[in-house]
Amino acid sequence: MASVCFYFQVHQPLRLRHYTVFDDSNRYFDDYKNAAICTKVANKCYLPANRLLLNLIKKYDGRFKIAYSLTGILLEQLQQYSPEVLSTFDALAETGCVEFLAETYYHSLSFLYSRDEFLEQVSKHMETIEYLFGQKPRVFRNTELIYNNDLAALIESTGKFDAIASEGADHILGFRSPNFVYRPKGCGKLKLLLKNYALSDDIAFRFSDRNWSQWPLTAGKFAQWVSAVNGNGNVVNLFMDYETFGEHQWADTGIFDFMSHLPQEILKHPDNDFKTPSEVARSYEPVGTIDVPHLTSWADTERDVSAWLGNAMQSNAIHELYRLEKKIKDTSDENIITDWRKLQISDHFYYMCTKYFADGDVHKYFNPYDSPYDSYINFMNVLDNLSRRCSTRTAEPAFCGLSQNKGRPSLQTQMAD
Amino acid sequence: MRVFMLGWEFPPFISGGLGTACYGLTKAMDQLNIKVIFCLPAIADSDYTTHVKLLTPSSRLSATSFTFGKLKNVAFRTIPSLLQPYSTSQGYQQRLEETKRKARSRGSAAVCSIGPTDYSGDMYTEVHRYAAVAAELAKNEEFDVVHAHDWMTYPAGIVVAAVSGKPLIVHVHSTEFDRSGEHVNQMIYDIERAGMHTADKVIAVSNFTRNIIISRYGLSAEKVEVVYNGIDHNGNGNMDLGETRIGKDEKIVLFLGRITMQKGPEYFLMAAKKVLDVTDSVKFIMSGSGDLMPRAIEMAAELGIGHKVLFTGFLRGEDVERIYRMADLFVMPSVSEPFGLVPLEALENNIPVIISKQSGVSEILRHALKVDFWDIDEMANKIIAVLKYPPLGATLRDHGRYETRKLRWKDAAQRCAQIYEELLVTV
Repeated sequence: MASVCFYFQVHQPLRLRHYTVFDDSNRYFDDYKNAAICTKVANKCYLPANRLLLNLIKKYDGRFKIAYSLTGILLEQLQQYSPEVLSTFDALAETGCVEFLAETYYHSLSFLYSRDEFLEQVSKHMETIEYLFGQKPRVFRNTELIYNNDLAALIESTGKFDAIASEGADHILGFRSPNFVYRPKGCGKLKLLLKNYALSDDIAFRFSDRNWSQWPLTAGKFAQWVSAVNGNGNVVNLFMDYETFGEHQWADTGIFDFMSHLPQEILKHPDNDFKTPSEVARSYEPVGTIDVPHLTSWADTERDVSAWLGNAMQSNAIHELYRLEKKIKDTSDENIITDWRKLQISDHFYYMCTKYFADGDVHKYFNPYDSPYDSYINFMNVLDNLSRRCSTRTAEPAFCGLSQNKGRPSLQTQMAD
Repeated sequence: MRVFMLGWEFPPFISGGLGTACYGLTKAMDQLNIKVIFCLPAIADSDYTTHVKLLTPSSRLSATSFTFGKLKNVAFRTIPSLLQPYSTSQGYQQRLEETKRKARSRGSAAVCSIGPTDYSGDMYTEVHRYAAVAAELAKNEEFDVVHAHDWMTYPAGIVVAAVSGKPLIVHVHSTEFDRSGEHVNQMIYDIERAGMHTADKVIAVSNFTRNIIISRYGLSAEKVEVVYNGIDHNGNGNMDLGETRIGKDEKIVLFLGRITMQKGPEYFLMAAKKVLDVTDSVKFIMSGSGDLMPRAIEMAAELGIGHKVLFTGFLRGEDVERIYRMADLFVMPSVSEPFGLVPLEALENNIPVIISKQSGVSEILRHALKVDFWDIDEMANKIIAVLKYPPLGATLRDHGRYETRKLRWKDAAQRCAQIYEELLVTV
């Protein structure tokens, strides 16, 4: 019995505007650019993909199921710039075949620096998901699938989750297969779902690579690989970035056609089915314990945190950011606190990565800066201004970017209800 | 493979990038066992003859051949001439006058067989006289190709190639447009153009320069190749122990280069003013000399930052190393830089660099801060960021220094050798 468990990560960062040491304004973010990118991705990816999946769910009458994790930052931008996408997510939620995961609202690395802040962000995210889609998330994933034993222990201690997702990296699995449910070391009840990176990346990265030995990838071929797991695994966890559909893999690669035929091909084999992460957790018992003392993630070949913290600039920037926590929270100023949180979005640090700078590739394509140094300079200038605002704070009327939208209710103010 | 190379200067007396580039290239070719006959102008009798003495203590000033140190495959031929790189025709006139004056004052004590009266009265004629002498010299040499560096040697290159029947390669380290903006000197432009068109192949030091050659000199794209300059890795164990910088309260931002329009000194000063408006504990040093130096000194005073800007004049040898050790940041705000070796030297000396986007080196250097030369706000922004946030400078330094290791003269020499081979096949 091979259960295919799809989970799609949906996130858009907030890009900073060009901010020099001479700038003095409170407006740190490039609203124009963020709007442009959000609507572009909505049209290329979110809308066509949501519609496709919605049709598939309806067509297979409950046998086709998927899961999403939507960051708070993404939801805010959708509400502001592409609200029609939210209505498609609504429709998906209503089918009853779609599960929503929990994560940090601000897609942050707060787990590494401030447990309190981390838990606050997770709470806020769960409230938002419940408010929008009527679901209480029971499965957790941390930003970029960053994971270790401590995280699992912390998540279990909240008492709110049944399972947690992680990358099925070779260095934590050893000879074992990601196609089973495991128990995190140090936990008693929480279950661990590991991404099958080989099969996930076949779709997410290799799909359009003509140099790949398996190109072209058809739904039938892929379904055979999934079926081959039968007898040797319970579940195939296909975790990937939602932008695979239309952005990373453009429509003309055939990615949408692939997906539209996939359920049929998978279900041809009677032992296969689709499960949501919660269903996987309910259906299978852990076959063993996985010990992850050091941080893993789903990023780059190293599958660690070097993409965000690998160089001196990154670690300096993030340390300075979290060092401000008390000062920021002491102001009790919503605007300052929200700005500080928006600076925690992990992408800011991703842009400062110098790892593959010479080679280009994935890191560079989505980088709004010409160089990682520019992103560091920009970020530090903004952080500096934020820090000074704390010291020289005068009473400001509550400002919320979303309320600019002619009376449309904001996600944030609604949270106060 | 034997190359008849026409250059301008050779160590230890270097006045700019051209000499450094010729030295680097020749040394690398020597290591590839390419035989080079290096022909250059030598000033027969003036204060500048120290370099000749250093090389060949026993030979007389008018001697035309010597070898240099460990370069086994390189033979030098000097032609007495007052031609100097980067000079203007006024500069030439001045040197001519001075040489004549010295000869008169020394009278019969002067021991040189070629007197100052043999030099041409003006620079352009001198260039052509030089070409004629070079052609004579070349008759006694055996070589496969002729390789001429920058405009003063092009007429010589043309003549030598014509007389010997060998292919000519012209190596463009800079163009009139880089040096003089839009107000090009027509005579120099004509010489450059003639050289490029007559040559069988043109080598440019960057795509930046290649584009200028194609668009401003009317050459076809296939004729122009790009060969990037390299940098010598001294391996002198110059570890950055950081001692000279700790305890210093003021940060130092360095400009090193000729103080002339092409190098953008006024942008450096305007950015300096903006930086000093925000922070006080920084000093700006301008190392170099040039026609705009007096104007730069005035400008610093006018901007009210005169006490924060130091002018060291032209630095050589150990002084250069010393200034690099003192500096925290290097800025190259060039208006039009065909390549730009100095930022690479700065990185070799462990300093982060800010370079103008209008430069050849910005095509290949990733770990440097880049800025449009006119954007003084951004330049100041970046300067302040480096001074304020140590991790920025540290990362730039480490990665940049590593990057310079990939820029080797060996690769440039190999590429040139390849070009020679291709030419010999078709000839």
